[in-house]
Amino acid sequence: MGKQPDLAISVSHLRVIRGANVVLPDLSLDIPRGALVGLLGPSGAGKSTLMRAIVGAQIVAGGSITVLGLPAGSAPLRSRVGYVTQAPSVYMDLSARENLRYFASLVGAPATDPQRVLEIVGLAKDADRPVNTLSGGQLTRVSLSVALVGKPEVLILDEPTVGLDPVLRRDLWKVFRGLAEGGATLVVSSHVLDEATRCDRLIIMRNGGVLADGTLPEILAATKTKDADAAFLALADREDAKEKAA
Amino acid sequence: MKPQLTGATALRVLTQIRRDKRTMALIIVIPLVLLTLLWWMFQDVPAMPGKPTPFDSVGPGIMGLFPLIVMFLITSVTTLRERQSGTMERLMASPARRADIVLGYALAFGLLAAVQGALVVAYSVWVLRLDFVGPIWALMLIIVLDAILGTALGLAASSLARTEFQALQMMPAIILPQLLLAGIAIDRSKMPHVLHWISDALPLSYAIDAIHYLSKNASASGIWSQVVVLCAFIVGALTLGVATLRRRTG
Repeated sequence: MGKQPDLAISVSHLRVIRGANVVLPDLSLDIPRGALVGLLGPSGAGKSTLMRAIVGAQIVAGGSITVLGLPAGSAPLRSRVGYVTQAPSVYMDLSARENLRYFASLVGAPATDPQRVLEIVGLAKDADRPVNTLSGGQLTRVSLSVALVGKPEVLILDEPTVGLDPVLRRDLWKVFRGLAEGGATLVVSSHVLDEATRCDRLIIMRNGGVLADGTLPEILAATKTKDADAAFLALADREDAKEKAA
Repeated sequence: MKPQLTGATALRVLTQIRRDKRTMALIIVIPLVLLTLLWWMFQDVPAMPGKPTPFDSVGPGIMGLFPLIVMFLITSVTTLRERQSGTMERLMASPARRADIVLGYALAFGLLAAVQGALVVAYSVWVLRLDFVGPIWALMLIIVLDAILGTALGLAASSLARTEFQALQMMPAIILPQLLLAGIAIDRSKMPHVLHWISDALPLSYAIDAIHYLSKNASASGIWSQVVVLCAFIVGALTLGVATLRRRTG
């Protein structure tokens, strides 16, 4: 496992403990290269913890994670994996362009990269305003654009569409689709199950475990449901019933 | 360590500080205002015949305090803000090395510290007419080292704090004991033995020792051991700052 060249990410028996809580008891999953993968589930399911573990920011208690064939968090991966935290994490007193210039120099990206990613996220017009004067939606896009400098092969995006209006959300998903078509692997988390329709594959999480892993039609067929919300409820009920029986 | 990443970080920090008028005022204006107050305070106190004026004897020691305190506060709060805003997590996920980040900060604040230290001394000597026996450049050197020490201690302290309030709480714990024991109020040699030993372990004592030496001697030849100790404390505090940065957290 983890040696197949067509896998972007391979997680095997991952165990994460935060404080007294076992957040991820024993999690395994594979993510193919070039896919746009939705990591869905309610808040508290362990999505952010899994993402932090994939980028190497999380202390793990056991198991292994391989990204692009290398151990997660290892030095050569740091310029090949982009990560956007849930809260926009950029320098608020700098402009988008200044933020991008700084991060571009950290990852060794060409000097033209800031302008390239500003155009991808549609911020070229407001690139020189201090970030703290931008709207919430623009702020999210600045945070996203920072992860795009240096053209990382894997993008880990933690709830990038949360709290945004439907138009902006649609536009962002278009951006994600474009990046996946350009060959990048994207893992996008959301607690809004409706966003499932925009992904190639879905990983549905609950209570630190994987409830379902596959394409939306596969999951709908297996649960005999019509949408992701209903599928999640069916899977959750099934899991609860199993637990009660045990 | 990659010098261009250290440089890029320093440039970024300086751009941020430059936009922040209050911080600029705190670094450049406030120490000068405080020194003026000190000078004014002593205006009507007569000097003992054959002795230096009260401002001439107290001024240089106090001069070493302001940069230490100001730079400690600014550095610890600024770096803590970085940790809290999520940008530090981002930096830790980037190819930048931990030393690139810490040294970038040290370089930016060290530069500001140097400007501040030089300004404080120049203002005292040429505007407030401080009468100083030793070479002015040597006094400047000690004050600048003091300011850089404040930055290095601030970097180390911010790694031990989780909130901005905790960083402020470090102030009385780390800085105030040094103010008392460094030998500003009374000579260290006149303190009880135990306090003298404790003061030997505090960096500010060496800055004040050097300043006292310079205020009595026209040559700087006797301050080099103090300069070495100050530099060692700066390197030690920066190393602590690097060592306590974690790529992985719980």
